Amino acid sequence: MPTAITMPKLSDTMTEGTVVKWLKQEGDTVNSGDVIAEIETDKATMDLEAFDSGVLLKILAPAGTAAACKAPIAFIGEKGEKIDEAAFAAASVKEAAPASASAPAVEPVSAPALPLPTPQAVGGLVGRAKASPLARKIAAENGVDLSRVTGTGPGGRIVKKDVLALGSTGGSGGSGWLHATGYIGKGDERVPLTNMRKTIAKRLQQSKQTIPHFYQEMEIDMGPCMALRAVLNARLEKTQPPVKLSFNDFVLKACAVAMRKAPVVNAFWEEDAVRMNGSVHLAFGVAIPGGLITPVIPDAQDKNLKQISLEAKELAARAKEGKLKPEEYTTGTFTVSNLGMFGVDRFSAIVNPPQAAILAVGNIVAKPVVDANGQIVVGQRMSLTLSADHRVVDGADAAIFLKEVKDLLEAPALLVA
Amino acid sequence: MRKITYREALREGLSEEIERDENVVIIGEEVAQYNGAYKVTEGMWAKYGDKRIVDAPISEAGFIGMGVGASMLGIRPVMELMFFSFAYVAWDQMINNASAVRYMSGGKINCPIVVRGPANGGTNVGATHSHTPENAIANVPGLKVVCPATAYDAKGLIKSAIRDNDPVYFMENTLLYGESWEVPEEEYLVPIGKADVKREGTDLTIVAHGRCVIMALKAAELLQAEHDLSVEVVDLRSIRPLDEDTICESVRKTHRVLLVEENKPFCGVDAQISHLIQEKCFDDLDAPIKRLSAIDAPAIYSKPLEDFQIPNVDRIVKAALSVG
Amino acid sequence: MSTLEATRKAPQPSSFADAPVNKSLKPEAKVGLLRTMVRIRRFEERSLQAYQGGNIGGFLHLYNGQEAVAVGSISLCGPHDHVITAYRDHGHALAVGMGMNECMAELFGKATGCSKGKGGSMHFFAPDKNYWGGHGIVGGQTPLGLGLAYAVKYKGLTGSCLCYMGDGAVNQGAFHESLNLASLWDIPVIFVIENNGYSMGTSLARSSAFRECLAKRAEGYDMDWQQCMGHDLYEVRAAVQIALDRAHQKSRPTLIEIDTYRYEGHSVADANKKKYRSPEEIENYKTTKDPIQLFKNQLIAEGHLDEQRYETIDREAKDEAKAAADFAEQSPYPSRESIREDIYWETDQPDGRTSQGRIFFNDEIE
Repeated sequence: MPTAITMPKLSDTMTEGTVVKWLKQEGDTVNSGDVIAEIETDKATMDLEAFDSGVLLKILAPAGTAAACKAPIAFIGEKGEKIDEAAFAAASVKEAAPASASAPAVEPVSAPALPLPTPQAVGGLVGRAKASPLARKIAAENGVDLSRVTGTGPGGRIVKKDVLALGSTGGSGGSGWLHATGYIGKGDERVPLTNMRKTIAKRLQQSKQTIPHFYQEMEIDMGPCMALRAVLNARLEKTQPPVKLSFNDFVLKACAVAMRKAPVVNAFWEEDAVRMNGSVHLAFGVAIPGGLITPVIPDAQDKNLKQISLEAKELAARAKEGKLKPEEYTTGTFTVSNLGMFGVDRFSAIVNPPQAAILAVGNIVAKPVVDANGQIVVGQRMSLTLSADHRVVDGADAAIFLKEVKDLLEAPALLVA
Repeated sequence: MRKITYREALREGLSEEIERDENVVIIGEEVAQYNGAYKVTEGMWAKYGDKRIVDAPISEAGFIGMGVGASMLGIRPVMELMFFSFAYVAWDQMINNASAVRYMSGGKINCPIVVRGPANGGTNVGATHSHTPENAIANVPGLKVVCPATAYDAKGLIKSAIRDNDPVYFMENTLLYGESWEVPEEEYLVPIGKADVKREGTDLTIVAHGRCVIMALKAAELLQAEHDLSVEVVDLRSIRPLDEDTICESVRKTHRVLLVEENKPFCGVDAQISHLIQEKCFDDLDAPIKRLSAIDAPAIYSKPLEDFQIPNVDRIVKAALSVG
Repeated sequence: MSTLEATRKAPQPSSFADAPVNKSLKPEAKVGLLRTMVRIRRFEERSLQAYQGGNIGGFLHLYNGQEAVAVGSISLCGPHDHVITAYRDHGHALAVGMGMNECMAELFGKATGCSKGKGGSMHFFAPDKNYWGGHGIVGGQTPLGLGLAYAVKYKGLTGSCLCYMGDGAVNQGAFHESLNLASLWDIPVIFVIENNGYSMGTSLARSSAFRECLAKRAEGYDMDWQQCMGHDLYEVRAAVQIALDRAHQKSRPTLIEIDTYRYEGHSVADANKKKYRSPEEIENYKTTKDPIQLFKNQLIAEGHLDEQRYETIDREAKDEAKAAADFAEQSPYPSRESIREDIYWETDQPDGRTSQGRIFFNDEIE
């Protein structure tokens, strides 16, 4: 079995060598230790000594050619042995070239290009507010827009105390979100804001801070409504599709009708004008995981109680599944918010701008009342509280609207007429 | 509690270990008959004799290398350098041999040597005797570096260093030898690699080691009294290993950092700590990290200038006030 | 073997054969010493082949030609005699009894190497065999050898340290400091200068101002010194025994210079090994002073050996070296995790750790 003589590695830095000359020729007998060739390395010309004894069968790298370290440059073996040259056809013998132009012994592996991160706007600011990492973190956690913060640090850098100042004063753009101490206790958990939570927070804060709210309340005798609802539901439950009227459906219908008497309650505030909306797009609050949403029954003034009921039910179901399209919950002209099912007797809601008013509906409570005959009897009472934007709605408008709703609900036959 | 000097605390620690372990031996220039160039080993030769307290010729490469070799066979030599500035003449032994013999032998050999002595400027002795090579030594894996700032820490750390199975370079300070602190009578150890919050505060963290800790504490008093600034002072005590948890805990509390050291700035210990803080506590920083180092020049001889060249209380106060 | 074998002069019988330390040797022990020298020679040849074949990187300093020095002197060592040397350390490693496999695997940078692939050619260690390396800096091991001997004395044991170095070390400061301390403190250390005539490529004449023999420098430190030839194993043993007795009996150091010769370059990368020495010079030494041939002929003359047995010894050594190369080649490289092992005693013994804090400082390692 012939043995390959390989280009020796003769120094720590050598990657290839050039055969200067062969001192033994093909067919010559070689003893272990004999110098058989001279090799030029990157440092010097050195002798190549044979490790084995035998006959030099074949020279693969003639004088003047270069080879990479470890590449076969000749074969040595018993006289007359055959060499399987095909196996060594790939032996890397090439014309001597200046070392600088030679290929590196190891192919450089190119690293895959990494995708560059997309620059993010920080704190709602395009570009970068100059802020300390800590200030940036506190602002991000609390939805503070850094562009609204004045930096008092070196060169106008926003520092922790600047963000805190905004939070604790509730100054312009602030939100009063901080504990006085900023202390987080054991077992407390900071829940990152969802987009919905951010939207709710932003809109309601804006509403409460910028809209001059006023409130009016009336108590409704729900006895007639309860009686009528029982009669109607007994019939409607058997229809296709089955209908089950809720007290809220009566309130919704009553509001849609009452707008005829006080259209300004259905208007929008638009800073430089008041928009009188031609239709009543009736929004109603639905609690969903992580917040609330207000689906809209469009053109409610044209719909009967049964349609309103069916639409409200279908919208509420899709709201809970998160399947409403934006136009189904952002186009309301007036909102009804009912917390009666939670046992809330009465409450006031925050106007949902640009709408001008919102009606808060409480629970139906059995309570002693004085009847038409001056007797104390058990009455079924429900509280309605209207919150209105005084820039649009005046007290009298609100009262007219509420009175109309009360009259309709206390004579509910009018609603199905 | 009794108060003793830094020098006495070291002597107590060394004596306790000499008595505890027969393999502990102290070798160095003038440590025996002369009673120590800085009197750290005063009286020890008289008490423990020629075998345990050995006067070496001025031959650092020879005797430190000898200590490395002896430690490979289980002796626990405590080699005194009269100044750590002289470490450079033994650099090959301290760096090539002590740090690498365990690694190059595949873990077969240990080197439980301690090299101790003062490493400080501020004493009017010029560039060749004022080096603080803790940063250069801590750069070498295999070595440990400690820099006690008080008598209590000096005693507790020298005992831990002698018992440690790895090479420990123990850096003292000639300006602290005569200072006194409370040190308990009973035996105690200070673990290597544990920093110490020497003063609590809320507005700014100063990280320092060695004598800079003492100056930082004085600066903290002034800052509280005159500027109503509440400063926390973290004493590293050990450079390698490094107690990053204590550093980070303080930064997360105060959000602002000043690093103080007597090292020159380029690749000083604080360069590493600064990197560490931005890596671990980026979102907790309310201002850029500030460093106060020796002014970047060889140690100047002239006393008033040298006093200004290395950190002093006044420079620390100014630097603290300039943290953004 | 060289092509000039035919022209070999018959070597002279050793005049040190009758020295008590040699005379008391059993025949099998003598053959064993020859076998160790042959094994070193074949190991070094195989490692050169592996280097040229690209299996070994870095530096490789071969011991060919100097075998009698390490084998002769180390054969005298008792339980408390320690050995430390510089970077031409393979011969001493095999002489103290390290295995070819662990040594060759170390050269290949494999996990099965004596230092787990962390030391390389210049850093072989076997503390269990009183062998403390294997050190890369010229003269840097001399204070360590002094320290080993100091520790032996400190512990009250009768022993020594044989601290080997090349002739290039004698101009290093650490060497002189070690001589001074050894003599000053009566340390039982034996500094052995293996003088092969060249400090890399610079002859002694061009590197030392002191014109007399190297060992005579000991006089400056009031230390005993000796000089002997290193090609005759018997002579090496006889000379080193005197120094060992001095160490054991009087706890006094010795500086001993052993004149020897290296056949190869300073390291395999020494491109000029035949430029600063004439081919005739090398060939002449191989012909007249080859330590293996000399000792082989000595043992044949003594009647403890014949050609046939020598051939067997030689073949076994070649086979052992080849098997070691195969073992090394087939062994795995160290794991990436092992880069961070064996640095601190403490990090390898987490249960015994007494310090705290962070001890390694990369941000992260992928």
